[in-house]
Amino acid sequence: MTTTLPTTHTEAARSGTARGAAPARRRRPVDWSAPGVYLVALLVVTASVAPVAYVWIGGFRTTPDINADPAGWPNPWSFESYLTVLTSTRFWGSVFSSSLVGLGTTLGVVILGVMAAFVIARYSFRGRGVIYALFAAGLMFPLTVAALPLSVLLRDLGLQGSFLGLIIPQVAFALPTTIIILVPFLRAIPAELEEAAVIDGATRIGFFWRILLPLSSPGLVTVGVLAFIGSWNAYLLPLLVLAAGGMPQELWTLPLGVQQFSTQYSADTGAVLAYTSLSMLPALAFFLAAEKRIVGGLTGAVKG
Amino acid sequence: MTDQLTAGPAVSAGPAPASAPPSASTPSRAARDGRRARDGRKWLEIALFAGPALIVFITFVILPVVLAGVYSFYNWNGLGPLERFVGIDNYVRAFTDPLFLGAIGNNVTIVIASVLIQGPIAIAIALLLNRKLPGRSFIRALIFVPYVLAEVIAGLSWKLLLSPRGGVNALLEAIGLGELTQPWLANPDIALWVMFGILSWKYLGFAILLMLAGLQGVPEELHEAAAIDGANWWQIQTRITLPLLAPTIRIWIFLSMIGSLQLFDMVWVTTKGGPVGATNTMAVYLIQYGQGQYGYGSAIAVILFVISLVVALLYQRFAMRRDLAGAVTSGVR
Repeated sequence: MTTTLPTTHTEAARSGTARGAAPARRRRPVDWSAPGVYLVALLVVTASVAPVAYVWIGGFRTTPDINADPAGWPNPWSFESYLTVLTSTRFWGSVFSSSLVGLGTTLGVVILGVMAAFVIARYSFRGRGVIYALFAAGLMFPLTVAALPLSVLLRDLGLQGSFLGLIIPQVAFALPTTIIILVPFLRAIPAELEEAAVIDGATRIGFFWRILLPLSSPGLVTVGVLAFIGSWNAYLLPLLVLAAGGMPQELWTLPLGVQQFSTQYSADTGAVLAYTSLSMLPALAFFLAAEKRIVGGLTGAVKG
Repeated sequence: MTDQLTAGPAVSAGPAPASAPPSASTPSRAARDGRRARDGRKWLEIALFAGPALIVFITFVILPVVLAGVYSFYNWNGLGPLERFVGIDNYVRAFTDPLFLGAIGNNVTIVIASVLIQGPIAIAIALLLNRKLPGRSFIRALIFVPYVLAEVIAGLSWKLLLSPRGGVNALLEAIGLGELTQPWLANPDIALWVMFGILSWKYLGFAILLMLAGLQGVPEELHEAAAIDGANWWQIQTRITLPLLAPTIRIWIFLSMIGSLQLFDMVWVTTKGGPVGATNTMAVYLIQYGQGQYGYGSAIAVILFVISLVVALLYQRFAMRRDLAGAVTSGVR
């Protein structure tokens, strides 16, 4: 659900490094005399993490054990629930679907987005402002509003119940954010570089491929990460396209799959906890790997 | 050679000043002379590059939203021809259904509570954490964890925790507060506030991070100067930091409002709007009643859209004009 706002070009270009650069700017010495601050930090961190930890640890308990004492510690530690989930085809089927849809969405939105942003940022032509305004206005069109007609449209196009029917609308809905982040990025690349490329005989398209794309890779990574996380966590569109469209349950994306599992096996609390915590794992791992990008994207977003 | 000539206009179309919107670039001199020969190629490039994105965007975003407007005047089950025109009946039905009015009320409650409760908490925590703490980036990463989880997965976790035989009640009993145990999400008197609590858990980290990012833009020198002039911590925060943080706060309020108006996933997986509509939202109502009744559902969608748009435009007009220079922006998805 991350959203980003238009940024000025310098700030967008800087966003990737803003987080890292700021502490270096600070000259205040390390403040060890702040137990109160640590207390607040501890409280906030505990409140943030405890529910997640409960789910994780609960997965190591058997269902009878949980029913006897819902807040107990695993005794003994049982790996049965986790093993059951990890050896089930539906879990891996969901991981596969989520990955496929996430990668497809990311590739689609980055490719289409950077091409459109290139034209908006570096060509001058009549109608450019209109195109930009159209995409910017798209930020105001929430998926919920389009959901019903979209499912009719996908049905008429024969895309209902297919991965493509999920990927294409997700790309469409991610384009506004992507273009609005990328346009300032692409504009920030100095005109001198383009002049030099032209003098060396590059075409405009050559300039795009050889110079613009490599230089804007931090921006591309940021929008790619945002699109991937958005797709990975999406629920409403998969619900309407995959679940209502007749895709077999084993191939539902993770949020749909975990919801379905928890309804179907609601009596087996241990298994539900294990399934839920394993579903968190990819998102958390991805977040830790891409934390700088995500936070950087936010920083860029806010400073606009 | 033509290629080089084609590249001509690009030089002048280079970066505009940071504050200029894309539409404000000046027509270039280079573009004007010998235009005809190059225009064909230039427009071909524009079409090839912007075309795919435009086609996908118009087909799958703009068209469905427009279609929602059209469908909303029909009685249509999604199959067969669109022919039973009913005028504004669907809208009348929506605004006379107490369940839908209740859903609007719940959305408004969550919007107001988010701004008035989550905002000050997030700002206070961000101000406290905005110092050079050992382990700061670790703390920040942990605070951000709930935000990274899918709303569905967070919702399911809380559903388990808050069930009558779940972890929260067990914990209350274990620490001797047994009389406080509740069927949290099944008690219509408190369910909306429990929902708000879950949402705060999910989105407070985002707010704190946003504020911390905004605080990085407040120059340290100002604090030092104020301290030298004898200002205490409280004065520095309220007279210097908060005013400088205002743009960030305004943007957070905007995101929070739009997100709250479009709330769906969390409610859908935890309560489906129940008990007896206590946690219903416009989007939940839309999906619950819209599948099969495409005309009525579309009318709900249009109402949701118009409310979000009016809130966004009014807010931008009056609160954020300096921050965004009028760009239309949105919420969290």
